[in-house]
Amino acid sequence: MSQHCELKQEDQSGQVRLQFIGRLDADGAAQIWKKSKQAVKGQSQVTLDLKGLDYCDAAGLSLLVDLRRDSELSVEGLKPEFEKLWALIGNEAAPAELNAPIRRESVIWKIGEACSNFFSDLYSLIAFLGQVAELLVRAIARPSLVRWKDLWNVVEQAGPNALFIVMLIGFLMGLILAFQSTVPLQQFGVDIFVVNLTALAMLRELGPIMTAIVLAGRSGSAFAAEIGTMKVNEEVDALKTMGIDPALFLVIPRVVAAVMITPLLTIFANLAGILGGLLVVLMMGHPWAAIYHQLVGAVGLDDVFSGLIKAFIFGIIVAGVGCLRGLQTQAGASAVGVSTTRAVVTSIILIIFTDAVFSIVFYITGF
Amino acid sequence: MEEAIIRAKDLTAAYGERVILEKLNFEVNRGEVFVILGGSGCGKSTLLKNLIGLYPLAGGSIEMVGKVFSGATLSEQRAILKQIGVTYQSGALFGSMTLSENVEMVLEEFTELPREARQVVAWTKLKLVGLEKFIHHLPSEVSGGMQKRAALARAMALDPKILFLDEPSAGLDPITSAELDELILQLNESLGLTFVVVTHELASIYAIADRVIMLDGKTRSIIAEGKPEELRDQSENPLVRQFFRRETKSKDTHE
Repeated sequence: MSQHCELKQEDQSGQVRLQFIGRLDADGAAQIWKKSKQAVKGQSQVTLDLKGLDYCDAAGLSLLVDLRRDSELSVEGLKPEFEKLWALIGNEAAPAELNAPIRRESVIWKIGEACSNFFSDLYSLIAFLGQVAELLVRAIARPSLVRWKDLWNVVEQAGPNALFIVMLIGFLMGLILAFQSTVPLQQFGVDIFVVNLTALAMLRELGPIMTAIVLAGRSGSAFAAEIGTMKVNEEVDALKTMGIDPALFLVIPRVVAAVMITPLLTIFANLAGILGGLLVVLMMGHPWAAIYHQLVGAVGLDDVFSGLIKAFIFGIIVAGVGCLRGLQTQAGASAVGVSTTRAVVTSIILIIFTDAVFSIVFYITGF
Repeated sequence: MEEAIIRAKDLTAAYGERVILEKLNFEVNRGEVFVILGGSGCGKSTLLKNLIGLYPLAGGSIEMVGKVFSGATLSEQRAILKQIGVTYQSGALFGSMTLSENVEMVLEEFTELPREARQVVAWTKLKLVGLEKFIHHLPSEVSGGMQKRAALARAMALDPKILFLDEPSAGLDPITSAELDELILQLNESLGLTFVVVTHELASIYAIADRVIMLDGKTRSIIAEGKPEELRDQSENPLVRQFFRRETKSKDTHE
């Protein structure tokens, strides 16, 4: 970089005199900023000679504003064309502290805040689920309250468009499960039981869980982003002032759609998963007839339905949490991103947690 | 001081097949406040976006600060962009940064200034627009008028030669909007900045404009050029008269 601005320093009888020559713009100031700060360090009185300045702008004069923080300045030889600019900014020193104030909190304070946040979040989650349940009952009593056009849109987005990925993941899960369990079971000569293992695992656990997780990633996040953007654009406020309940208008179509779609997707995931498992058993040399009898003997309708009940509940969780996080969106562009992340994370945690509760309940009731 | 700082020749702007403006020719002189006006949807903002290179031209050329801007290489364009500043209708401040950081970011990108110096320069710029008490506030924590002023400070971060303002008074009350006009005049006078302002606020136009051009959506061209007072008093074009005198058609028939 060429030399924009030059600094000359003269010390006369203990007084520092700084001479600026050339162009004092942002680039020029950058070259001599540190040097001139050093020169005035510890000096109470400094004279600035600006005769040699060909050009200066606001960024350049900021250097002088900075120098004024440390010492008293007297300025000489400022050219008339720069006087207006100087009058506008040159007469005041920059404040001593320009760093943003940093908030420091104790560890105890932080723990307390985290706990308080967690419980208030839990509270709002439970309250929201209650609100959704109440609205669902109202919607069932009066179906005309539901916006059916929106609902079918969501059904299409969350359902058929997700079918391929749900089936692919189901198929591969079944395949992997069967492969992993074949080797140990073969050692006991009971590798035909891979059929039982794959079918039961898919129907009771993996089918609904994998479907719900895919749905959380695909649709729950979309709900949060969509409603979050509406919140940022004040569309949600517009609904409120029109006397329309945003929960009824935005949440119910999505929850109802998800409730309809999740069990259906789960059935497809189950089918694909069992198919994947059976394929492995077939490859191990077992005949179709044996596999079929093993499957029919292993699986009852109760297994199918226990999985579908879960899928039904997971659907409510995914859609409800997605919408709640969307409605909780704060202001700003990054807020929508935060809501989306929180929607997916909360959904997945709740799905796994609910699944654990189901396992215990099913174990006790023997379902 | 009749030296042109922007020169548009046969400028044509289009979105794909849809031509918005056709063969515009105009010049902006150094140190003047130049206002682009016209009704809603006539292509004011489109023209601005073409001038600052956000959209490629469909035809013609633009010369800025003595260099050809349209069709220049990226590094040439970057050098020219350093000399212009732009504010957008909504302010377009970065929401996650404080006002000071919004200004510092530009300085960090384009200059060699050390961190502490950047803070001082940012403070100076924010002081120019009267926001030195709010440097650590986030954009969402200050009013709409302050956001506009902060956006102006950010646009001035590199001491540009030309400032482009897209509807600076949109959404502001008359008092705040007048304060902003005052600020524009002050900066125009003390820093010698050239302003290109897109607006349709009549009060603003009379207050700040040295020269205006008026665009028309139907003919896709400039229908008037000159001082606002002259256009108001002398223009024969009914559209121009309607705009400047706020005449309504029903009132016309009464006269």
